[in-house]
Formats: sequence, structure tokens, C-alpha cells
Amino acid sequence: MNDRFEIPGRLRNTSLFLIAIGVITLIAGVVCLLMGHDDIERARFWLVLLHDSIFFTLITTVSIFIMAASTLAHGAWIVAYRRVTEAIGANVWLFATIAGAVLLLIVFTFRDAHGVNTIYQWVTEAEPGKDKILLGKKAFLNKGMFVGFTLITFGLWSYFGRYFRAMSIAQESAPKNDTRLYWKVFRMAGLFLLVYALSQMSTGPWLWIMSIQAHWYSTLFSWYTFASSFVSGMSLILLWVVYLKNQGNLELVTKEHMHDLGKFMFAFSIFWTYLWFSQYMLQWYANIPDETVFIKLRQQGPYSVIFYANFIINFCMPILIIMSRPSKRNYFTLTFMAMFIIFGHWLDFYQMIMPRPLGEHWHINWYEIGIFMGFAGILIFSVSRTLTKSSLVPNNNLLLKETIVHIS
Amino acid sequence: MAIKKFAVAAYDDENVLFPAVAKVRRSGYKIHDVYTPFAVHGLDEALGYKSTDLHIAGFIYGLCGTSTAVGFISWIYCSDWPINYGGKPHFALPAWIPITFELTVLFAAVGMTLTMCYLNQIMPGVKKHVFHPRQSDDMFVMAIELNNHTSEEAALAFLKTTGAKETSIQTAEAGWWYGRWDKKEPYEALNAGV
Repeated sequence: MNDRFEIPGRLRNTSLFLIAIGVITLIAGVVCLLMGHDDIERARFWLVLLHDSIFFTLITTVSIFIMAASTLAHGAWIVAYRRVTEAIGANVWLFATIAGAVLLLIVFTFRDAHGVNTIYQWVTEAEPGKDKILLGKKAFLNKGMFVGFTLITFGLWSYFGRYFRAMSIAQESAPKNDTRLYWKVFRMAGLFLLVYALSQMSTGPWLWIMSIQAHWYSTLFSWYTFASSFVSGMSLILLWVVYLKNQGNLELVTKEHMHDLGKFMFAFSIFWTYLWFSQYMLQWYANIPDETVFIKLRQQGPYSVIFYANFIINFCMPILIIMSRPSKRNYFTLTFMAMFIIFGHWLDFYQMIMPRPLGEHWHINWYEIGIFMGFAGILIFSVSRTLTKSSLVPNNNLLLKETIVHIS
Repeated sequence: MAIKKFAVAAYDDENVLFPAVAKVRRSGYKIHDVYTPFAVHGLDEALGYKSTDLHIAGFIYGLCGTSTAVGFISWIYCSDWPINYGGKPHFALPAWIPITFELTVLFAAVGMTLTMCYLNQIMPGVKKHVFHPRQSDDMFVMAIELNNHTSEEAALAFLKTTGAKETSIQTAEAGWWYGRWDKKEPYEALNAGV
């Protein structure tokens, strides 16, 4: 059985090329955008880094979440390609470090010509005599809370990502049918879900993304970002599985397993739409100025293109293309939709983050694309390196037999 | 429907049933149906059934629900009785989405349930011939269709070789009928004659 993965030269070169583009773009961005005197361009420099680093951190963390959730459910369906989710999860620390650095730099160093932090306005404006609303939210939106929460969250995510992989590799050398590690990981999975529910599903997106437009709020917002990152995280796993299968690895993965991933992509695209619409409709219906300010900026302003593209790519395309059973068992349609879903949710994060600080001066241009390519390069490079370090078949996993005969 | 002659075999083990199904299909007999007390996974593949098109019907029912809802609500609010609700436009699509969604689900669910009943020939008040009284208890029952040219003895002997515990020849209504069990009596007379 072909259970070892060796990085093909082409993949390594592509990833290094993408990283090089990212680095060059970053240097060009420092020179052209950050060193300039245009406050909008300087904000754009940081916002794009914020957008991509948060996006990649969240979609890679989904791998840890799906591992923990399936472990708690004794799910065998994931075991056939569990090493892929482990490899993605074990590299969360990389993106979390970048995201943490970017967030802290924005909070502590970014100021415009008037000394205002235009990205996180609450950093400088929540003072008596400046902004009453932000002052009222100061108990939650302040530097101590932000920094402490960000560091704890990213630290825990990085730890759990590496922990699950280490335990899975330790199981390989454990005595046959030994259940001690299984139950240990089981308990830790429950703990991780608690951590994840309190970070990604509630406070994290409030602090990192929603507080960019701090005058507006929505209690659904974290669920909505969770749905967004979950569906693109599953698409990311699917792309890796398809790639490894094309390389002749992962022989245990059959159409039944692909069908499962397709179901997740389809179901959570609908779930995302459900949350997106729940947030939209209530505010549209109530029509209170405090609340509609968020939607008006996105739907009727310069961002309407992204707003509707977001809806079409993330809802209309999945529901029409991967609703039927044969298309969920077809590698081409799945890969095609996975790439579109990742792009669509990247746009979704874009329109969550950019509109308030940038206003009408938004571009998707050399800088946005270059930084995205850089992050994609880091992802490909690090995950493929991690994949080579162990067998792609989780030998001695207690659910291995069950996953081989799995029927979706 | 039609009255046909069946050779019926009852098995008491799933692990005997699967090879028996394969053997019967290989030897060219036409399997009418297999009755099991519970859902046996993989039996539909073993019998060579195609996957159902029920979900395509469901999609069409859903579309009917969507268009009924949007059409009806927009007719009321835009043409029949336009009222200004809180300054919203008459064609207030976001507000109608929940109702549209509900009707889509309702149409798809009810339509698919009825279609499923039709395909499986089950409905309140509808009767089907029962080949073996223990087919809903602890026996797996396979019915093979015979025609005028098939030898009954050969079929029964063949079924014995597949591991059947009990075999019989029955003449029965192949499909479903609406009404009373009375319709069964003539076959019992026929069976007695055979």
C-alpha cells in the first residue's frame, strides 16, 4: 500500500513560488502602501493582512474542530483521510502566529494622521468626550481583553492542533486494540469543543472582525463566520484529499468518503445562507438605523458587487451544482465547487472586514491577490511537509476497519 | 393488476439469503420481491435495483412549493390587495422567504411521502398479498415469478438447494388492491386445487 507521501517537485516549486510572490508583495506593500502618506492605503495594507491571516487561521482550525467532533461521535467516516485533517490542524500555529502578530501590530502601532486607529476605532476613540457608544462598550472592547483573548485562543488552538496529531501518531506504536489513547483523545476532544465554542463560535469573531465596525452588532455574527469558515475548511480538506488521491495515495478513500465531504459542503453552504439571511432579514424588517448601517454600506454602496457575488457563489452555485447525489460523488464537480466555495467565502470575509475602514476605496488588486497567494503557498508548503512525516494511513486506529467498509 | 404464479422460499438467516439471491438471479429466475422483517443493508444492491429517482421528484415538488408561495403572496400584496406595511415595498421578497421556505418543505415532504407510498405500494386501506405469515416476524421471504412454461417442481427443488427452510407454490395477485381481503379467497381455492 502506498501510504507514504513524498512531495512532488512540482508541488514544492509551486508552493515556494507562491511564498516568494507573497513575500515580494509584502515588501512592495510596505514600500508602496505603508510608507506612503495616504491613510486609506496604509489601512489597506493592514486590512489585507488581517483579512488573509484571520481567514486562513479560521479555515485551518476547522480541521481540528471536525476531528474533535467526529471523535466525540465515534465517527469512522473521517478516519480514511484523518491524516490530512491532522496535518492541516497541526499547522494552525503558523497562521495563528501570523494572525496574532498582525492583530497586535494593528492595535498597538496603526494610527492615521490624526492619531486615530481607523481599523479598530475603539482603541483610540473610546474616551470620554470622543465616542459615547464606543465608551459604553469599553468593558469588552479594550486592549487588555483583546490581547489576552487573542493570545489565549490562538495558543489553545495551536496546542490542540498539534496534540491531536501527536496522539494519533502515538496510537500507531501502541499495543494492538489498546483503547487507552482513544478515550484520552475522546476527553480532550470534548474539551476542545468547549474551547472552540467559546472562541470561534462566540467571542473571537466579535473581537477580531465585528469590532472593526464597532457601532454595529449582531449576536449571530460569530455563528455566521463559523459557518463561513467551516464550509471553506471542509472544501480545503477535500482539495487535499483529491490531490493526494491523484498522486496515488489515500487508497482507502473511496467515493463514499468523498460523498460525505460533498454532503458537508452542500449542507453547510445552506446553513451559511440560513444564518446570513437570518441576520439580514431581521435588520431589514426592523429598519432601525443602528442596524441597517451595516447592510446599507454593503448592499447599496460600492460593495454591492461583492455582496451579490457572495450570495451567488456561496448559495446559488452549491444548491444547483452539488445538490444531486451523482455530483457529490464526482471528483470534478466537487473540486470545482470546493475552489469556488473557498473563493466565495474569502470574498465573504472581505466584505465583513473592508467596508467600514476603506469605504468606497476598495480594490481587489495586485496587493490583495499577492498576499492571498503567499498565504496559500505557506499552507501548501507546511501541510505537505507535515504529511510526509508519517504514514497517510492511520495504522492501528481502532476505527480503521469501519472506515474501510464505510458507506455514506 | 395481474394474477400470477409464484414459487416462494422462506429463509431464516440473512447470511443464507444473500448467496441465495445471487444464485437465483444467476440461474435466470425472475425475483418478484424479497420481504424482510427489518431493513437489510445491501439487499437492494444484491437484487440489482437501481437507485431511486424519488429525490428528483422531490426537487420538482419543492420547486412547485416555491413558485406557489412566491406567486400567491406576490399576487396578494402586489395586485389583489396592496397595503403599505411600514414603508416596505409591495414586492417585499425578504419578508416572504420564511413562508416560501415552509411551503417548499411542505410540498416536497408531502409529495415525496405520497410518491414513496405509491412506489412501494403502501397506503392506508390498501392490501397486498402476504406470501408468508412470518415475513414480518423472523423469516426472510423470497418470491419468484413463474410462468406457464416453468416447471414448479424444478423451481421448488432449486429453491431447496439455496438453503430455504420452507417452500411453496402460490397463485396470487401481484400488485396492490383497494378494498377488503375477500379478494384473496379465490386464490386460496385455486391453491387448494393445485
